[in-house]
Amino acid sequence: MYRAVIFGATSAVAEQICRIYAQDKARLLLIGRREEALKEMCDDLSIRGAVQADYLVSDLSDLSQHQTLLERIQTSINEPNLFIFANGTLPDQQECEESVDKTIEAINQNALCQISLLTMIGNTLEKRKTGSIAVISSVAGDRGRMSNYVYGCAKGMLTRFLQGLRHRLSKSGVNVLDIKPGFIDTPMTAHIEPKGALWAKPEKVAQDIVKAIDSKRSVIYTPWFWRWIMLIIVSVPDFIFKKTKL
Amino acid sequence: MIYQSWGRYPHLKQTGFALKSRHQTPDFDDYESLLAYGNGRSYGDSCLNSKGKVAHTRYLNKFIEFDQDNGLLTCESGITFKEVIDLVLPAGWFLPVTPGTKYVTVGGAIGNDVHGKNHHVDGNFGHFVEELALRRSNGESMICSPSQNPEMFYATIGGLGLTGIIQWAKFRLKKVNSAFMEVETICFKGLDEFKLLTDQSKDSYVYTVAWVDCMAKGEELGRGIFLRANHSAEPKPLPSPKKQVTVPVNFPSFALNTYSIKAFNMLYYANGKRSHNKTSSSYYDPYFYPLDGILEWNKIYGQQGFLQYQFVVPSTDYSVIKSIFEKISASGAGSFLAVLKEFGTIESLGLLSFPREGVCLALDFPFNGEQTLKLLHSLDEMVVEAGGAVYPAKDACMLPKSFQTFYPNLEEFKKYKDEGFSSDFWRRVTGE
Repeated sequence: MYRAVIFGATSAVAEQICRIYAQDKARLLLIGRREEALKEMCDDLSIRGAVQADYLVSDLSDLSQHQTLLERIQTSINEPNLFIFANGTLPDQQECEESVDKTIEAINQNALCQISLLTMIGNTLEKRKTGSIAVISSVAGDRGRMSNYVYGCAKGMLTRFLQGLRHRLSKSGVNVLDIKPGFIDTPMTAHIEPKGALWAKPEKVAQDIVKAIDSKRSVIYTPWFWRWIMLIIVSVPDFIFKKTKL
Repeated sequence: MIYQSWGRYPHLKQTGFALKSRHQTPDFDDYESLLAYGNGRSYGDSCLNSKGKVAHTRYLNKFIEFDQDNGLLTCESGITFKEVIDLVLPAGWFLPVTPGTKYVTVGGAIGNDVHGKNHHVDGNFGHFVEELALRRSNGESMICSPSQNPEMFYATIGGLGLTGIIQWAKFRLKKVNSAFMEVETICFKGLDEFKLLTDQSKDSYVYTVAWVDCMAKGEELGRGIFLRANHSAEPKPLPSPKKQVTVPVNFPSFALNTYSIKAFNMLYYANGKRSHNKTSSSYYDPYFYPLDGILEWNKIYGQQGFLQYQFVVPSTDYSVIKSIFEKISASGAGSFLAVLKEFGTIESLGLLSFPREGVCLALDFPFNGEQTLKLLHSLDEMVVEAGGAVYPAKDACMLPKSFQTFYPNLEEFKKYKDEGFSSDFWRRVTGE
């Protein structure tokens, strides 16, 4: 039975993951910024069957708070055996190009704050010799593209960090899963219309993630076809790639 | 996101956006008008607002409170009946009233004041709603119940989404001992027999409904299969879930014609004959939702879509039903399924609610241009004459004067309609 801590818990995919675990009578501790949304989500998850559904309010982009946050987590849930990272933001590429501050902020929110928490959590699980870590990165991290390379470089950094962490923690029986979703129809992307065949429902992505956590996978693309789309995008030689506007 | 109605007719270009939470107030000034859009299970144009925008409630899918002791559920309006059943049935509760699909949302069920096979015992879904919150276009969130803002409450039940966006609702559930139904199947030869079976069954069966072969002519006119059922008293283990089949593409329009529909009806009748006078135990899902087993079954009607026609006429008057059958049979326009049900005496609560005492018939018609509309308009006239009504949730073509006759509370309703909300249905039947 999972005792899970979910960072960025109010995101659509995280919420669907929590619903699946709630039905399995899991214990869940939600971390996010918006107190009202967290509280409403806890009510919903308790009704759906979660044995425990609590929340902590925290702004994860403030790295100096991470040590205290982990202490608060420790007192809120007993020996969590699963950590899910669904936090992050989708920055405006144009704005990042015009502002170094925006670029650094985007990298902080999509890579550094995860890396900071993962460093501390990794050490704890390594000692405990059990547990599972699942982090949502993105297909955008596989190759830098003009339309969103700031977001992409942060996600790419995260992917590389997870590779190393996975290598190290595999010696202690701790699994590290890197999740690379494509386009997901969520409130974050609700403004993008129309949505074509490549868009997936958060329910579907959540099912894929839960399955991958159970079977201790290393990397998954979700939905599955993104593996092949990205294989093509990554393999295109630079002289051709430069001619595209992806 | 493609917004269309279940009948896929009329073909309107609809744009919209998704509400992010039940607390979100859309910027009403940005839109000429709005309309909440749930799961698009209304057949005609009552769920569309092509001159304005629709506000999709797909993310309003949280449960808020479930009182397991008293069977009271509070949830956001985008929750579907399927999600409600999945939650409450293991705890020994069921929907108090359900239409023939579990893919309607709670908001849609209230806005159309839906009914089911138990109308003669329980009434409509609206009878079980205790409280709801309504987002009006002035930004206000209004709590409505029989004791708080009652006028707005009764305008919203069956109000076709025109009083505002339902944010959440609280409603009573029905206690059940089992997920199974005891279903009895009886063949009948004509409408007189149907009437007799209805009278015999209404006190001892919570659910009654009949399927009628509307392609049959002469002697066989009005033959059909009567199904009556109760929830099983004995608890039984739940069966494992079956994989669902989706209709992958549109059927070509010639797939449905007089011959294929006739064949289907004959087979269905023959199948019913085989189980004549038998009682069998059925899981709730295939019993209540036979068509939900085939996702997107509406695509069998092809590109042009179809119209459903559902009406009620006072129950003493079977001659109207008979002449309507004769008219359809003569037109050869045919219907896949004709569903016949006698409503009980329980009065509807909503100002624009459809159910009322009488016999109710629902039919499908593939859309064949002008001739289909002409046929339905002539049926409208017969229903007007009989003092009945046509169901807005299914309608795509009734004329303003028919609507005004069917719904005498229209003027009263207009007092509570929100000016920031409209639909293609509303503009069609009121000219506003």
